[in-house]
Amino acid sequence: MSSVFPFAAIVGQDDMKRAMLLTAIDPKLGGVLVFGDRGTGKSTAVRALADLLPQITAVKGCPVNSARPHDVPEWVQSAHAEIEQRPTPVIDLPLGVTEDRVTGALDIERALTHGEKMFQPGLLAAANRGYLYIDEVNLLEDHIVDLLLDVAQSGENLVEREGLSIRHPARFVLVGSGNPEEGELRPQLLDRFGLSVDVRSPSDIEERVEVIRRRESFEKSPARFRRRYREQNDQIRNRILTARQTLARTATRKQALRHCAKLCAHLGTDGLRGELTLLRASRALAAYEGNREVTQNEIHKVAPLALSHRLRRDPLDDSSAASRVKRAVETVLE
Amino acid sequence: MTESRSQDWNHACLALKLLLIDPAGLGGISLRARAGPVRDRFLDYLNQSTPTVRIHPSMPSEALFGGMDVAATLEAGRIIKSSGLLRENVCPVLAMAERCGPLRAFELVRFLEARKQPIALLDEGAEPEETVLPILSERLAFHISLEAIGRLDAVGEETINPQNAQHHLAAVDVSVGARHSMTLLAARLGIDSLRPPLFALNAARALAASTGRDHLKDEDLMIAASLVLAPRAIQLPADDMEEFQNADKALEHQHEPSHDDSEGMIPQDILVDAIRPQLPSGLLAGFQENARRGGAKGSGAGQKRRSNRRGRPLPSRRGRLADGRRIDLIATLRAAVPWQRLRRRRDRVKIRSSDIFVKSFEEKSDRLLVFAVDASGSAAMARLADAKGAVEILLSEAYASRDLVSLIGFRGDRADLLLPPTRSLVQAKRRLAALPGGGGTPLAAGLKAAGDLAKHARSQGMSPVLLLLTDGRANIALDGTAGRSQANADVQIIVRWLRHSGLPCIVIDTASRPERSLTSLAHNLAGQYLPLPHADATKLARALT
Repeated sequence: MSSVFPFAAIVGQDDMKRAMLLTAIDPKLGGVLVFGDRGTGKSTAVRALADLLPQITAVKGCPVNSARPHDVPEWVQSAHAEIEQRPTPVIDLPLGVTEDRVTGALDIERALTHGEKMFQPGLLAAANRGYLYIDEVNLLEDHIVDLLLDVAQSGENLVEREGLSIRHPARFVLVGSGNPEEGELRPQLLDRFGLSVDVRSPSDIEERVEVIRRRESFEKSPARFRRRYREQNDQIRNRILTARQTLARTATRKQALRHCAKLCAHLGTDGLRGELTLLRASRALAAYEGNREVTQNEIHKVAPLALSHRLRRDPLDDSSAASRVKRAVETVLE
Repeated sequence: MTESRSQDWNHACLALKLLLIDPAGLGGISLRARAGPVRDRFLDYLNQSTPTVRIHPSMPSEALFGGMDVAATLEAGRIIKSSGLLRENVCPVLAMAERCGPLRAFELVRFLEARKQPIALLDEGAEPEETVLPILSERLAFHISLEAIGRLDAVGEETINPQNAQHHLAAVDVSVGARHSMTLLAARLGIDSLRPPLFALNAARALAASTGRDHLKDEDLMIAASLVLAPRAIQLPADDMEEFQNADKALEHQHEPSHDDSEGMIPQDILVDAIRPQLPSGLLAGFQENARRGGAKGSGAGQKRRSNRRGRPLPSRRGRLADGRRIDLIATLRAAVPWQRLRRRRDRVKIRSSDIFVKSFEEKSDRLLVFAVDASGSAAMARLADAKGAVEILLSEAYASRDLVSLIGFRGDRADLLLPPTRSLVQAKRRLAALPGGGGTPLAAGLKAAGDLAKHARSQGMSPVLLLLTDGRANIALDGTAGRSQANADVQIIVRWLRHSGLPCIVIDTASRPERSLTSLAHNLAGQYLPLPHADATKLARALT
């Protein structure tokens, strides 16, 4: 982790950073989709997030990062009773990945050397209680997408193959990134993401220069650069931890609920997932900013993240989804 | 002329030298050149300078990155990993890089970034559009074309000895001014991504280090800019770009007080002028080409996929080997392996019929909607806007069923392919919106272009559908001459040809009143006829299914 660009040092891209922080506060938000141009720091931000996240407590040696010893699935043999701190898992799902690698499969080595059937956990197991990151998510093979959708929905990975029958929890925050010009994302997968962000290269020259300056000084001496931002990174981390605790106590008044519902009705989003996500995200933001209850202010900031990918696609309206949401926010919430 | 060409050669060699000095900071080099003596010479030079390994896009993953060696594993009774071709400290040379699909491109990018290893791509694309996927090329600092270099110009390379320069590299400082200049220049050249200016600065540092200096000279920046930024430029830095001019001034102004900072800041004019003569001749054409290529950068997934998804492999399943099904050897062995001890065979693997896995494929052919849109004066007068609207409705329909779309516009004296087959709705909408109207109606040319494209698509295993949107008043013949009778005769020839090829067609009448000639055209094409005045969205959508 010594060569990861610090989260606090990322210039601009406030929406992207905010969306990622919100999932760290409330993992049930359902993931982030980051769509945008090349060279805008999408991957950098995900790596930085992994480095920023607080550690989790897990049973030592448990392949699915179980929090308590009795949560460890029965097929696991290597787990100890001890509890340890480990970094929040952020697992890369590479594009050309095989189904076996994702779900887990028979451990060939064990089978060969001991003549035993043993389950070798896959990426879904490793990502439990953490993040699953898919770069260029729109290029992912359909059958892997199906698999992910299924698991993301049920929170459980079921493996029925090669005479094995294994199940283990697989709750993770899905983070996808991609370039929309390379192909669209399947609507089913799009809907799975709680928040979505459009990132663009900064148009302000000063900001661009600053990005280059920081990147350069980071590449020159990663360690020194990280030291410079350690304090700020720690601050963000502490705020996440505090927000996690205050989240349950953060109140949502009827007024806020009404705002959310009105906004979604105005935009005509399908289903109720839009409202729920909007509310959750607003609450997480309120907790992060140290407010006791959700106000219009939070809804304002979060609405484009939570709703822009849920709009009905209107082929005749050329304006971006985010700007449509912003317009709606302005009309609905005065 | 020879001088500038040999300068091109020197530039290419210089790029290679810089790459070897700072492989982590520069990523790699993309060489656009057909196989020939100049490229061979360059590759020889590369081979002399660093160990290389030649790979091609369709190699299996295990061959490249390593994996389990099934035969050896079974023999030894423990896992034997085969090491891939991409070993440490070896520079991969990817031949036929323009044929590299997005998956492979991505695997390579990941692998090389993790290892901070350089790569050389050999881009042998014949057409301007046929080029390396941006996923890959974006991450390489140098895009060098050897196409204009003659065999006799390719002389006089110096031996590269990067170690010395690498010692210096860490000490080279980039001044605030240099950084500003480079970022600004990149923005003025229309380069949106932030990687290129960073590459350019790294190249300048490597250049300084190569001569043992620890500070950048203006020259370093100029050469680096011409190596890294110039080939990516999509616009000439126009003088009337007020926004950036002001930014330029603002920067200068801002850094006036602290004298140290503005040191090393080169006025933009000088920098631009410096790279201008160092660019190959035909600069403007190059810029336009880039702009077009830049626009088409998304055509990746759709266009490049040569082999269609017919027979996309699905996970193999247990089954019996019957009627020509193919066995999945690995899966079968994996299924059999755990039982070998129980089956008590030591000398050879014992496989029972219950172990057998057969491969299964998904037989699915992508549908391609070829839109041929009449943008002539008569159609524009009538209802080009409506026609565009209709296409957009159909596009969203295509999006829902994940079809590929392609767009051909015809006006004046010819038909143009506006969008090669792609799945990107964003692009299709953009291209359509940009389609201007006016000029004659070269209906025959439009039909022919659409037919050619559809036939080509079919040869690649797609199932094309042709949608013609026109008002039917053909008045330009196939050879571009005006004249209604010749134009109509040509249309008849093309229609016969299309009908013979058996392409499914839909004719959408965009005239303000239903045009009788189009009814017969649709009839002759054995296709469906829909007059736009009556074709509402649902009807249009139904016509497709």
